[in-house]
Amino acid sequence: MLTETIETVPIRSSEDIVRVRQKVRFHADAMGMSLIDQTKIITAASEIARNTFEYGGGGELLLEILRDGARRGLRVTFSDEGPGIADIEQAMSDHFTTGGGLGLGLGGAKRLVNEFDIKSQPGEGTRISLIRWK
Amino acid sequence: MPANFDALASAIEQSEKDLLRRWIAALTAAGATRSGQTSDKDLKDACGRFLNELRNAIKNGAGEDISSEQWQNAREVLEEISTARALRGYSPVETALFVFSLKEPLFDLLRQTLAREERLADVLVASGGLLDRLGLFTTEVYQKSREEVIKRQQDELLELSTPVIQLWDKILALPLIGTLDSARTQTVMENLLQMIVDAEAEIAIIDITGVPAVDTLVAQHLIKTVAAARLMGADCIISGIRPQIAQTIVHLGLDLQVVSKATMADALSLALKKTGQKVERIAARG
Repeated sequence: MLTETIETVPIRSSEDIVRVRQKVRFHADAMGMSLIDQTKIITAASEIARNTFEYGGGGELLLEILRDGARRGLRVTFSDEGPGIADIEQAMSDHFTTGGGLGLGLGGAKRLVNEFDIKSQPGEGTRISLIRWK
Repeated sequence: MPANFDALASAIEQSEKDLLRRWIAALTAAGATRSGQTSDKDLKDACGRFLNELRNAIKNGAGEDISSEQWQNAREVLEEISTARALRGYSPVETALFVFSLKEPLFDLLRQTLAREERLADVLVASGGLLDRLGLFTTEVYQKSREEVIKRQQDELLELSTPVIQLWDKILALPLIGTLDSARTQTVMENLLQMIVDAEAEIAIIDITGVPAVDTLVAQHLIKTVAAARLMGADCIISGIRPQIAQTIVHLGLDLQVVSKATMADALSLALKKTGQKVERIAARG
């Protein structure tokens, strides 16, 4: 599988979440994703970007294009150096929240993409990557 | 009055016209005048006024500190010029060049006037420092004016994007456009609740055709707005749910807890029914 890095976007303020959505939209559109697939990956990226900012204390988004034979996909990876997640299973379950939200962000984002990967350790930050294949 | 500035003021006084001409030539050569944006007459006028105030300030004993009272008039001229340039879309460089372009002709003039005098170097250093401070001052003013423009645009956007429309008797419509961040959602909610009271509305249609993505935060804002409207006795209908938005809402597992319709027309038709009203086609006259 070939990986091509496009760019990184810092997430330091709530305005950056808007920029994340715009960047993801731009690249998803450029690789010819359908409107529905675009909207799915944008919404998922928006959820995780907000978590990175609110719970992870800010971080970074890495955008990559994947090539696997004839298949192409967009991978968005969010990483932060925040407090990390102690119980990933609990965090992924619907309606669980520590911050007064709806508690659907993580689980919802997972359902919106083809591949979802989360790595987190208490005190060592969180890294979440999402892939949507075209 | 510092002696160095004294020499500067008398040099300007002696050949003001010549200096003005060469300054304008330098400004043009540096590309700091945009033809069409600032007329030659305005530019000449601005340069003339600044030179005049610069000379007056030094004559009145102004020192190096350009924030002092003696520099008041010169600062006002620069403020006016910088602000006008910021509003007309000049770049910060083009704005700062207004003062910096004066350096070369002024230094030439000083070299001629003080040709064999020992104090020439001191006068040049003092004059250079003074022009640097004045130039930086224009950049500062420029920056402030741009910030004001941005602030004003943000305020305009906040108001523009949250209109509440009386659609029919007892029916309100709230078309949402763009990103729903918390500041805007707050305005939206306040406007809607106030309009519900003012218009004695029973139904509020919230249209999200112009919202590019509905994530859990947007959904949460919508749910709160609907709940608050309900407490005031008005029911909400959400309209403008496009196919891709409907799919993402389902995948996210969101329950909007409200009646929704694909188009504003469908929502209006439902609202009319709920409020016991009817719109009929007039029979062809004939």
